[in-house]
Amino acid sequence: MNAKVIEMTGVRKAFRFFTLEDVSLALEPGQIMGLVGPNGAGKSTTIRLLMGLLAPDAGSIRLLGHAMPEDQAVAKRDVGFVSDDMRLLQHASLAWHMDFIASIYPGWDAAYAATLLKRFGLHAGQVARSLSTGEQAKALLLLALARRPRLLVLDEPTSGLDPVARQELLTEFMDVLRDDSRSILFSSHNTLDVERISDRITFIDRGRVVAASDKEVFLERWRTLRLRVTGAAPAWQLPEIVHRDVDGSFVTLTVDGFSEEFLARLGAPVQEVHRMNLEDIFVATVMHSRQAQEARPS
Amino acid sequence: MHSNLFISQTDARPMYLQIVEQIRQRVAAGDWPPGQELPSIRALAADLRVSVITVKRAYLDLESEGVIVTRQGKGSFVADAQGLAKDMRLAQLDAHLAAAGEIARSLAMPEADLVERLRDALNQETTE
Repeated sequence: MNAKVIEMTGVRKAFRFFTLEDVSLALEPGQIMGLVGPNGAGKSTTIRLLMGLLAPDAGSIRLLGHAMPEDQAVAKRDVGFVSDDMRLLQHASLAWHMDFIASIYPGWDAAYAATLLKRFGLHAGQVARSLSTGEQAKALLLLALARRPRLLVLDEPTSGLDPVARQELLTEFMDVLRDDSRSILFSSHNTLDVERISDRITFIDRGRVVAASDKEVFLERWRTLRLRVTGAAPAWQLPEIVHRDVDGSFVTLTVDGFSEEFLARLGAPVQEVHRMNLEDIFVATVMHSRQAQEARPS
Repeated sequence: MHSNLFISQTDARPMYLQIVEQIRQRVAAGDWPPGQELPSIRALAADLRVSVITVKRAYLDLESEGVIVTRQGKGSFVADAQGLAKDMRLAQLDAHLAAAGEIARSLAMPEADLVERLRDALNQETTE
């Protein structure tokens, strides 16, 4: 079976001060997708729509092949969802939470839950309100992981965590992916985490998907070039150039769609070619998309 | 099998290239002998905590270089040493020659002079 795990097509959802417009996402089994965007870009709204917590105004959403939000009860049996606004029951113990989840989901793996408890340094007897922020996040993730869902949907899973806890969570995510039928969608503004573990990356800004592709494709396409020109900088009309900085005879170009053939078309001697990390690519993509949007007559 | 590979995020080289180079070194040093099975793509990704697509990309590169061979459904293995070692040495030689050519060009050295210098170098090697 090679059906898509997530399929959102042309989804629109309007609020009074914010509109999610024409959002399309697709995730294959066995892959991790990172959903990256600035605060308020629409990441959580997208995830809520996907999870059936909101109904779209237009477009279609399929989760594990089921239409959302209509068939959410069936779809969610196989989806583990954690968002950073979820809370444990403050007066109940972790053991109580685990029993509760096990009673709802037949796929609960008690042995795996015990392993995770140990790996995360948690104890079943701990009461939720005695847990630190990081421990709460780990406990919520444990409750989702031990169900062994086919899809994990994680809204900002690493935000507010210290570097050690973050590493522990990332290790657990990657462990899930040893099984090639399982998938993860996670949102984050930590581009370092996303760059490391994602197969697919979707950039979202101001309610729109501004770029989406395989991570390696992103990293291959983008470069920063430094060159020196004599006299005035040429007015290149190349679509690949998304940004230019001119400082006297020094020119810095940010390029989306770099290739040897592009260098030939540029026709100027380039002194340095630098790869860009995902954070730089993200910022350049967002700035470029905003400029393009503002230049368009509305 | 634990891979003992190491990925640095402060390394300027992309992650897939770090994997390629470390595997290449292990193979060249003989630590990973011909025929040895490599970790599966998913297992290595989980070990290194990098995405599956990154490891896949690294394995594809190693395959096209002839460092490893992938048998459908069986996994990836270190390629037969002879062809591999020779190919790698040839690739190294080509890289050095290209660099020499680059320097000669920047010195505006005529081709004949460069060939002459190569011949000198070869003779020096043999008389030693």
